[in-house]
Amino acid sequence: MTTPQISIRNLCVDYITADGDVRAVNDVSFDIGKGEVFGLAGESGCGKSTIAFALMRLHKPPAFISAGEVYFADENGKMNDIMQLSDGEMTVFRWSQMSMVFQSAMNALNPVIPIVDQFTDVIMRHTDKNKYEAVKRAEQLLQIVDIHPNRLSDYPHQFSGGMRQRLVIAIALALNPKLIIMDEPTTALDVVVQREILQKIYALKEEFGFSILFITHDLSLMVEFSDRIGIMYSGQLIEVASAQDILKNPYHPYTHGLGSSFPSLTGPKAALIGIPGNPLNLLDIPTGCRFQARCPRVEEVCRTTANPLRQIEANHMSNCHLAVAGEAIKFVELETA
Amino acid sequence: MNEKYGELLIEGKNIVKDFKVSSNALKQPMMRASNDVSFKMYKSRGMAVVGESGSGKSTIAKMIAKMYAPTSGEILYRGRDIQSIKKHSDLMKYREGVQMVWQDPFGSLNPTHNIFHHIARPLKIHKKVTPGNKKELEERVYDLLEQVGLIPPKETAAKYPHQLSGGQRQRVNLARNIAVGAEVVLADEPTSMLDVSIRAGVLNLMEEMKTEREMSLLYITHDIATARYIAEDLCVMYVGHMVEWGDTDEIIHRPQHPYTKLLVSAVPDPSKSIHTKLEGNNGDIPLWTPDSLGCPFAGRCLHATPRCSDELPGVTKLADNHFVRCHLHDQ
Repeated sequence: MTTPQISIRNLCVDYITADGDVRAVNDVSFDIGKGEVFGLAGESGCGKSTIAFALMRLHKPPAFISAGEVYFADENGKMNDIMQLSDGEMTVFRWSQMSMVFQSAMNALNPVIPIVDQFTDVIMRHTDKNKYEAVKRAEQLLQIVDIHPNRLSDYPHQFSGGMRQRLVIAIALALNPKLIIMDEPTTALDVVVQREILQKIYALKEEFGFSILFITHDLSLMVEFSDRIGIMYSGQLIEVASAQDILKNPYHPYTHGLGSSFPSLTGPKAALIGIPGNPLNLLDIPTGCRFQARCPRVEEVCRTTANPLRQIEANHMSNCHLAVAGEAIKFVELETA
Repeated sequence: MNEKYGELLIEGKNIVKDFKVSSNALKQPMMRASNDVSFKMYKSRGMAVVGESGSGKSTIAKMIAKMYAPTSGEILYRGRDIQSIKKHSDLMKYREGVQMVWQDPFGSLNPTHNIFHHIARPLKIHKKVTPGNKKELEERVYDLLEQVGLIPPKETAAKYPHQLSGGQRQRVNLARNIAVGAEVVLADEPTSMLDVSIRAGVLNLMEEMKTEREMSLLYITHDIATARYIAEDLCVMYVGHMVEWGDTDEIIHRPQHPYTKLLVSAVPDPSKSIHTKLEGNNGDIPLWTPDSLGCPFAGRCLHATPRCSDELPGVTKLADNHFVRCHLHDQ
């Protein structure tokens, strides 16, 4: 890969709770290339959204970023650590370089303010455009997402769910950011609208060349939409590979379990295996691999030795002790076992 | 669908349901949430209902559960119109046979009672245990918890809902259905709030209830892939109308109604590409009223003719178990 747009190194995010500190994101490192869609998948509570908030430095106590660097490429290709920016610099950086489409974007719009003001607010705060120019830009943005500019003075409730989602995306695009974080951008939408929106996002990405960090729990959708995918389990990144590869040739039993947890729409009907057990309690972390209690192939080494993410083969990383290059977990193998 | 599928338990005949849209007493606009909906549910068979939000999926389940009465048409349970079930003892009998599972496992259990209470209550109400026999009750509760995979049962029974995961809570709900010996389970998006790894287990449990306990399952979902996994019959709904129904695989592989084609083309699947063209155009979803005319999909349909906006298409039988409501297939 050429110089990445963003490079996350050893990121840790902690939450202070009454029962002790919880490390919600533990030593996570990954890169997102320019114009690349990187998907982050995992079950609820695995730390996906926590990473997204950490990249924007939006965490407020009791959550805080306890370690790690996040390098972001500027116009000249220089990598700057955004964790070192002052609050003032961060305010300038946020949205102009990296913007975000929040989970339940349907509710991300202020219901009592017309759309136009929600656009001009962002534009005027971050650029020296005056109100007239900001409105002009807002009209442009609306056209980009296929909404007629004459609806600019409408209120959010006058738009359908899919349109509201497109409005939020338009606001994220307002300052031509280089990276857009999309945290479950289509979860509340119907499948038809969902596909329309994602196709629109993809076309915009091709046109403007931004990168996307795409977060969802819908693996089928993620495989379709992303270039590369990282799978998270209880705060750790456990496998990173290309979208085509990750479900076909998983090296981590958890990824394999996810792959055999959702039924196929068209292929042969195979029994769903699922993953036995429940997600890990972050207050009670075992020595060794965090997946050991639910893992069908657990061995002694998994219980004793820590397992950092390592390169298994080109463009494929996994933290499983038992992963051996060229020996991905076969789907049939486990299904008959 | 005909009798060769086994014992007919629930039959819907031309169900229409209108709702008042406004609470204003002077103007009472109505919306039609179900229009001429017919279906049959058989013993040991699953029927999935798919469609977008607001298409009337849940309305059907709620009418079967006797939470709403249909405006016209009838729902038969073992041949008897459920609207005629009024006597308390008959109602109890009906509710024993027809049970519901809700979407939100966090809202459907009482947070102030432990799991034992949740399982014991239906057993007591429907007199499935000898009244006053504490030991028998305990045994039954533990047995039920074990059957739905909540082990160790004794420890689980002592827990409160907040101590269980979403999947475990949904298992408690299914155990309640098994407890009263339900013949028909109406499951309204039972897995949509669960994580994928947990979802598989709950789906498998429902599949087992269907095959081994011979329950008839109504599975309401927006996820066609899981519908295919668990249901033999599939009904596609659009704006209160059943537009296509019949054999699940047949409909997914050879959809005939333009809306089904659009829906199937939109479902995410790892084998597809994000660039997969949507089979249809975008348009507004109409609000259906008792005065609306024509096919509800006409405004978005690629093949719409003037006739489609004037006249509601009738039902065409394409195969033994494949029906469609579309003018393109008129005989």
